[in-house]
Amino acid sequence: MIDFVRAHPLMTGLLSFLLLFTFFQSVSIVRETQQGVVTRLGKPVRIVNRFETGERFGEAGAGLNAKIPFVESIVWIDKRVRDLDMDAQQVLSTDQRRLEVDAFARYRVVDPLRMFIAARSEDRVEQALRPILGSQLRNELGKRPFASLLSPEREGAMENIRVGLNRIAEQYGVEIVDVRIKKADLPTGAPLDSLFARMRSAREQEARSIRAEGAKRAQIIRAEADAEAAQIYAASFGRDPEFYDFYRAMQSYQTTFLGDGRGQPAPTTIIMSPDNEYLREFNGNR
Amino acid sequence: MSFLFGWVARSRGLFADNKGPWGSPPSGGGGSDEPTPGPWGKNAPPKRPRGDGLGGGVSSLEEFLERNKRRFGGGGPGGSGGGGVPTIGDRSIYFWAAIGFVTLWLLFTTFHRIAPEERGVVTMFGRYHATLEPGIGMTLPAPISSVQKVNVAEIRGVDVGSATEETLVLTGDQNLVDIAYRVLWSIRDPEQFLFELRTPEDTISQVAESSMRQVVSQMSLNDVLGIRRGEIEARVRDEIQRTLERYQSGVIIRNVSIRQADPPGSVNEAFKDVTAAQQDAESEINKANAYALQLRQLAQGEATAFTKVYEQYTLAPDVTRKRMYYETMERILRNVEKTIVETPGVTPYLPINQMQQPRAPRPQQQQQGSGQ
Repeated sequence: MIDFVRAHPLMTGLLSFLLLFTFFQSVSIVRETQQGVVTRLGKPVRIVNRFETGERFGEAGAGLNAKIPFVESIVWIDKRVRDLDMDAQQVLSTDQRRLEVDAFARYRVVDPLRMFIAARSEDRVEQALRPILGSQLRNELGKRPFASLLSPEREGAMENIRVGLNRIAEQYGVEIVDVRIKKADLPTGAPLDSLFARMRSAREQEARSIRAEGAKRAQIIRAEADAEAAQIYAASFGRDPEFYDFYRAMQSYQTTFLGDGRGQPAPTTIIMSPDNEYLREFNGNR
Repeated sequence: MSFLFGWVARSRGLFADNKGPWGSPPSGGGGSDEPTPGPWGKNAPPKRPRGDGLGGGVSSLEEFLERNKRRFGGGGPGGSGGGGVPTIGDRSIYFWAAIGFVTLWLLFTTFHRIAPEERGVVTMFGRYHATLEPGIGMTLPAPISSVQKVNVAEIRGVDVGSATEETLVLTGDQNLVDIAYRVLWSIRDPEQFLFELRTPEDTISQVAESSMRQVVSQMSLNDVLGIRRGEIEARVRDEIQRTLERYQSGVIIRNVSIRQADPPGSVNEAFKDVTAAQQDAESEINKANAYALQLRQLAQGEATAFTKVYEQYTLAPDVTRKRMYYETMERILRNVEKTIVETPGVTPYLPINQMQQPRAPRPQQQQQGSGQ
């Protein structure tokens, strides 16, 4: 052996290279994230590492797989959950209002052979499914009034869309795991402006009612205070109305003629006749 | 047989990053070097080993690879490869270098240091084999097994919506709210995370956006702007988690926090006016309260004053009454102009017209001010 290598190094190199190449041709490394369609001269013959629900990693067909060198080749197909994102769709509700809906679906290739025959690659599956998802969405959501479009999950609309899409996806060997709405926006222009206007007017109304409420409460507070003050006065002065009359008259004179300390009262001229009660003693007519 | 080792090592691409196993770039550089002219086998003896004791094989290993490059890539006529090559024992130095290299190779790819916050997912020829816990893990060497380290402690964040741009979401009462939030997540199940989703980060942010929209669409605008934020956060977190479970993503959502929830910019004035209205109402009520307090105290003061006087009065009614009368009269008459008409039998006549003439405009003024 050693002697052979010493004698024909180039030959040895070539031979070992061929051996290695053949070895690598006859096994393939299958990752956990891939499924493979093995084709013999272009014709699919078997599937490696096909997705099964409930399988556990390390128990399925991933790892080393043998194949016939130079004759069989493998087409790799993603085994993971993939994303099918789509452009925003205009949905018209039953009450003729528009909504722009931006949805996405998650899918998984469950039948790689069927997918390989129908579409060859994931990208082409997505191309085929995207318009269908769009029309499903428009149809399903178009059956509903605008108010229920805002949360279509509650009435099972999304589930209906998923089931409908799945029927078509099955032909491509694909299972739709989930369909969700990412965004739901009003179209810019009139619908959006009128919503803003409505929000604004609602707030203006709220502001007005808050101010009115404040004024009302202030008035009530004042009235209650007035009543209470009257009550206090009545309770106190009512003990002797006749004396109160006199006492208050005295106060009143003073306020009228002299002011109450807040600004000067108008100058007063009093003309008294001697008959005046006050001047009774002044005349000395006793 | 010896060169085969080298060849396999080269095909493994160990030098793809242009570094030797000890981190020093191989002296030969890339594979683009010209084969040196001159016949094979007239090599200078290898350089002395440099540096640490470990590096005994460095230069000779590199040289060994050089030669192999020339032998296979350069296509030179193959020589015996033995002429003038130093030997150790009865083997050529290349043999030992190859042995050393393979040993190191095995050492580096068999033992794996897994940090405390990491898990190592081991695949054997692509098939999931096991998950290494923190510490030193052992696997089969490189071409057979490979290890992907996944950090399971790191909290990762996704931000949806930003302060600069409006992210408007419709609420259940058909209003719009501008919302921005952050989702914190970490990896719970490294195998699922690696094998189940094609685009994990994108998936999380898309599902987050969708869940937020869904939860907000079942709330009123005031709920979103106000006190029910915490409830929204919790519900969004549960919704994201539920959805990601359906995808078997191996991700756990730690927290959803709403960083901002505001009315849209174009209606913000109206919202501010509501706040202003609340303050206006508040101040209106405060004024009324102040008035009420003043009024009560005045009433109580006057009532108390009267009561005090009255108590005195009841002790000696007549005298007190007279005294009060005279005292008041004195105070008044001291400060006003007095005219006493002492003509008995004449009815006092007051020229009221004359007295009011200088103040003719008065009534108008009073009317104007009567509203206050």
